[in-house]
Amino acid sequence: MPAIKASNIYKIFGRHTKPGVGRLMGGESREDLAKDGLTAAVIDASFEVEEGEMFVVMGLSGSGKSTLIRAVNGLQEPTSGSVEIYGEDITHASSTDVRRLRRERISMVFQHFALFPHRTVLDNVAYGLKIQGVAKDERRSRAMTALEMCGLEGWQAKLPTQLSGGMQQRVGLARALAADTDILLMDEAFSALDPLIRREMQDQLIELQHRLHTTLLFITHDLNEAMRIGDRIAMMRDGRIVQIGTSEEILTNPANDYVARFTEDVDRSRVLTSSSVMEPPVALLGSEQGPRAAHRLMREHQLDSLFVVDRDKHLRGVLYEADVARAVDERRDSIDGILDGQVSCVAAETFVADLFSDSAISKAPLAVVDDERRLLGVIPRVTLLNALIRTNAPETALGATSIEPGLDVAATQEVRS
Amino acid sequence: MSFADATVPRLQIGNWFNDIVTWIQHNLGPLLDVVMNVGTFLNDHISSGLLAVPPVIMAVILGLVGWAASGWKLGIGTVIGMLVIQSVRMWNDAMLSLSLVIICTTVALILAVPVGILAARSTLAANIVRPVLDFMQTLPVFVYLVPVVVIFGIGAVPGMVATIIFGMPPGVRLTQLGIAQVDREMVEAGHAFGAPPRKILTGIELPLAMPTIMAGVNQVIMLVLSMVVVAGMVGAGGLGEDVYTGLTSFQVPLAFEGGLAVVILAMFLDRATAGVGARSAVSRAMKATASN
Repeated sequence: MPAIKASNIYKIFGRHTKPGVGRLMGGESREDLAKDGLTAAVIDASFEVEEGEMFVVMGLSGSGKSTLIRAVNGLQEPTSGSVEIYGEDITHASSTDVRRLRRERISMVFQHFALFPHRTVLDNVAYGLKIQGVAKDERRSRAMTALEMCGLEGWQAKLPTQLSGGMQQRVGLARALAADTDILLMDEAFSALDPLIRREMQDQLIELQHRLHTTLLFITHDLNEAMRIGDRIAMMRDGRIVQIGTSEEILTNPANDYVARFTEDVDRSRVLTSSSVMEPPVALLGSEQGPRAAHRLMREHQLDSLFVVDRDKHLRGVLYEADVARAVDERRDSIDGILDGQVSCVAAETFVADLFSDSAISKAPLAVVDDERRLLGVIPRVTLLNALIRTNAPETALGATSIEPGLDVAATQEVRS
Repeated sequence: MSFADATVPRLQIGNWFNDIVTWIQHNLGPLLDVVMNVGTFLNDHISSGLLAVPPVIMAVILGLVGWAASGWKLGIGTVIGMLVIQSVRMWNDAMLSLSLVIICTTVALILAVPVGILAARSTLAANIVRPVLDFMQTLPVFVYLVPVVVIFGIGAVPGMVATIIFGMPPGVRLTQLGIAQVDREMVEAGHAFGAPPRKILTGIELPLAMPTIMAGVNQVIMLVLSMVVVAGMVGAGGLGEDVYTGLTSFQVPLAFEGGLAVVILAMFLDRATAGVGARSAVSRAMKATASN
């Protein structure tokens, strides 16, 4: 059962909103409705968030993302459609049930922190527990735990206004964590913070999430932030979800021009991982084969290095052309003496940004391996560079490489063949 | 009859109002008796309570109240002011007026704050309340006295009723304003954590609106005090009676001393309530930011 299941959410502001849903379903546009004073904030939005997932809704202001997140905890009642929290329909629940769901299942972090200025930091953090009816001593100790998790020990007696913006949002986060709910909603939670603090908070959030396995629904207008945080991202435009996918899917396979234009500014090297840029090796040598077989493979594919694997595809090492040629001259039968075990290996989930230094010093392509050192693919230097220049349409990528010096083109094509 | 008189027919508004007053007199008798008895009871006991304490000791007690509410300056000023009142022999009437102020302010706030909350919650309520408040605030004060005296006769209670009606509006308006000004995101935060409406009101909205509400309380007290003086004309007693007697019998000294005592009471009440407002949790939080 998904933690959050939103089905066909429509939210229209104005008078007589119900007919607006039918008109949108009948194909009328947002602008048609605007002429009659209706504002369609969310149009036919459906998504599911699995337990423990970090799901990001990304869109510019006015795209309806804040309205959508408010439909999830019932702060905004959708005009049509419903949201289920662990199978329980919050949209059509009684106000008592809505409040129970909010207490037990969902907490929220706000863009402008929304801390209570008349309560101390500790009392702010304990607020959700107080509403849940937790006894004073217990809620204080649980609030302290949440404060420590967010790096706020020592600040509990202060008033929120005495803290900096970044610290205040930590209090907001601690307040949401202290409530100990299954789902955490974050509405542009880091947007009001300056970039350095924002980065720090993102890292901290990711770390906390890995520790606590909270289901996270995060709203942002910053695609870089979305890609850093989100396991999956829903791209919103003009009230509609235009694409849902992992950050790599959105980068490599944008659903439309709008999404594609958005992704232009993204630092691709921090989103793409080795698994998305790696290629199958052109040729591999079995560990029981000899230097002559290696020599033939290298000549055939014009390679200057060749990976050696055993029967289970475990990577044994790499052979270089000069060594192979010498072994053939010396009529050796085994590659034992010339096999170089010092291969630059990277994991499948390593970000492209972290591959450059290894790639620069390695004579052979980088080998992408799994936990048991099985070879998954290879990343030649050229591929690495290509991954960065490749814009959204594949043909532009080829166009870009074709104006480069002839030698590079040949090499690229060779590796790809 | 002139042409102009003929085109616009004469509306008997004054007579209609009179009919309403008469109707109240005839039909709400038991209710009016209850108001009368409760009002008299409260006024008698509170004023005799205030007068049971010797003036000098009372001056010191009020001084301590001022000190606690605002600081030592107000404390000392209060003691001096109260001794001045005693020295011009206005003490009894000042305590009678203070008793009226205490009762009227309390009742006015008990009525005004819930109405203000309601008006902040519902546009319909706000639309009804606004013209009524305008009416209450701008109708000349003497006009209140006439129907009230017709209904209740001469005495302290009619004075109190008129005073409460006159004093209520800022209490309603500033409560409404204070609640409406509370940051929407904070109210949302309350909702998001599953707080029931009652807890959102008492735990978030009222505390955050408190500085504004306290400004309203201050205004209410000032209006009540000014009206208590006017109410002296209908036999409410206290300093108002001294001023009124001084006015009607051309006794300049009496009128001035009565007026001076009113000023001293007013300053004490104003500074003390302003001091309490400045000490609310939210005001303290704001101050903490400023010094940061």
